[in-house]
Amino acid sequence: MASAGLSVRLEQVHPIPLAAAFDVAPGELLALVGPSGSGKTTILRAIAGLVHPARGEVACGSEEWLNTARGVRVTPQARHVGMVFQHYALFPHLTAVGNVEAALLDAPPAARRARARELLAMVHLGGLEDRVPRQLSGGQQQRVALARALAREPKVLLLDEPFSAVDQVTRRRLQRELAVLRQRLAVPIVLVTHDLEEAGYLADRMVVLSRGETLQDGPPFEVMAKPRTVQVARLVDFPNLLRGEVIAHEPGRDRTLLKWLDYTLEAPLAGSVTPGSRVAWGILPAHCILHRRDRPSRGERENPVSGVIGEYLPFGENAAVTLWIDGRQDAELRLSVPTHVAHRNGLAEGVAIRVSLLTEGIHFMPDAPERLTGGGPAR
Amino acid sequence: MDWSALRLSLALAVITAVVMLPVAVWVGRALAWGRFRGKAAVEALVALPLVLPPTVLGYYLLVAFAPSSPLGQFYQSLVGTTLAFSFEGLVVASLIANVPFAIQPVQRGFEAIPSEVREAAWLSGMSSWRALWNIELPLAWPALLTALVLTFAHTLGEFGVVLMVGGNIPDETRTVAIAIYDRVQAFDDRAAGIMAATLLALSFASISVVYWVDRAARRRRG
Repeated sequence: MASAGLSVRLEQVHPIPLAAAFDVAPGELLALVGPSGSGKTTILRAIAGLVHPARGEVACGSEEWLNTARGVRVTPQARHVGMVFQHYALFPHLTAVGNVEAALLDAPPAARRARARELLAMVHLGGLEDRVPRQLSGGQQQRVALARALAREPKVLLLDEPFSAVDQVTRRRLQRELAVLRQRLAVPIVLVTHDLEEAGYLADRMVVLSRGETLQDGPPFEVMAKPRTVQVARLVDFPNLLRGEVIAHEPGRDRTLLKWLDYTLEAPLAGSVTPGSRVAWGILPAHCILHRRDRPSRGERENPVSGVIGEYLPFGENAAVTLWIDGRQDAELRLSVPTHVAHRNGLAEGVAIRVSLLTEGIHFMPDAPERLTGGGPAR
Repeated sequence: MDWSALRLSLALAVITAVVMLPVAVWVGRALAWGRFRGKAAVEALVALPLVLPPTVLGYYLLVAFAPSSPLGQFYQSLVGTTLAFSFEGLVVASLIANVPFAIQPVQRGFEAIPSEVREAAWLSGMSSWRALWNIELPLAWPALLTALVLTFAHTLGEFGVVLMVGGNIPDETRTVAIAIYDRVQAFDDRAAGIMAATLLALSFASISVVYWVDRAARRRRG
């Protein structure tokens, strides 16, 4: 089957605001992430042709599915999209194989049953073909829905929170199966999820949405490590969202000097920020390195800051540590320390430690200052 | 036992139920899923015969059937007779009196199908027509059967509208319900008793089917 990329441009004010623009290449898996009500599902439904936005264009390769300016509006039937609904929407009166066959009505009747069985085998449901949906577990129902979506040889595969209605163990297994299966699919895949971890695990690229607007588009770990704005940082739950003041630029050393509390930190050169202006910045816990308490070493000259542990929570392999900089409860820094390292260093609430903030980990974000509340000291 | 009246009653009930069913599917489906202006008014109009005294409905139908009315004139020019006091007139009256009994169960039946299931049918390539046959009707059939039986049973028992529109003409408009009244007026208690028992048995059997089907459908869906 010829593969072609999907291009989506949607705009509307009512009933749900939309200002979405993104492209998905053949074989690429794009995750649409955002809080509830951010328009993720509406965008998916607009791609499928189930809702019609006020203005917009949706095209798949050379086929135009929607072009409001030119009055083009292709029916859902003619778009050939495969969609897995959040609650699967299986046909309750049909067996598993009947559900898949229902999407094969274009094929010759003799070939349908065989093809449906083949698809069910592909999603590991061999032997359960004759069960009706209520006799299947949530994970099995999801697989039937996936097989049905693939039966049409879709030009685009749409997944609407497909893992949200199953338990954690099943979710992990289904996610792994999708990761394997998608290597065989040469069509654009759009996954709607509110689970950032899932997006990071499955997607090649992710689009962050808020109120129907696409705010940032990029590889998941890049978006999560370098949110473009404070709003995106909040949406991807960026852990250390702070504010400081740019003092000076040192282009020769490729550095910008940042004043934060009583510290002067060295950050990567951010020439666009005027010296003297307040700025939002952030650093991932992984870029905050704990100094060994027994034996100070080299590298600890890199942006050292000290504080008292305000909160210490060992979560399995890693411990979540909240540091009160210089003992101030309004100046929090969150770090993640391997539990064995935390033990060796005797970390506990009330213990004073020092950490280095890695220069390369410091990330600036433009934002209107009044919108920045919480998440860090606003001094 | 007035066999002619029983035959007439059964014929009227079967015709009404069979003619109403496709109408109920069309209107019930539109009311279940359609979004249009004046939907509440249409729903109220559908429910109206439930609360209207049958004599009121019968009176307006009689006025509409009169040779002086546009409908009466049209029918007369077409067929040569009047609708009032004829079997055909009874059928028309019975259809209107049964609107809520046929449409409301079907509407609830379609409403019970999740919209995502219909959308999944479209995305599977089914046309709206094919989705109706392959997915919606197989899921809504208990509701359709309920509508059919309720319409049948209600028509058997209808008295006021029939009396107003049809009168009491043997072999033409005298249904069992009218015949019972007629026999009681003539102090023929035995005939009235037999016919009353017959109607009771028929009505009970039909209504039992509705409940039995409903239970069976619930059990199937788990």
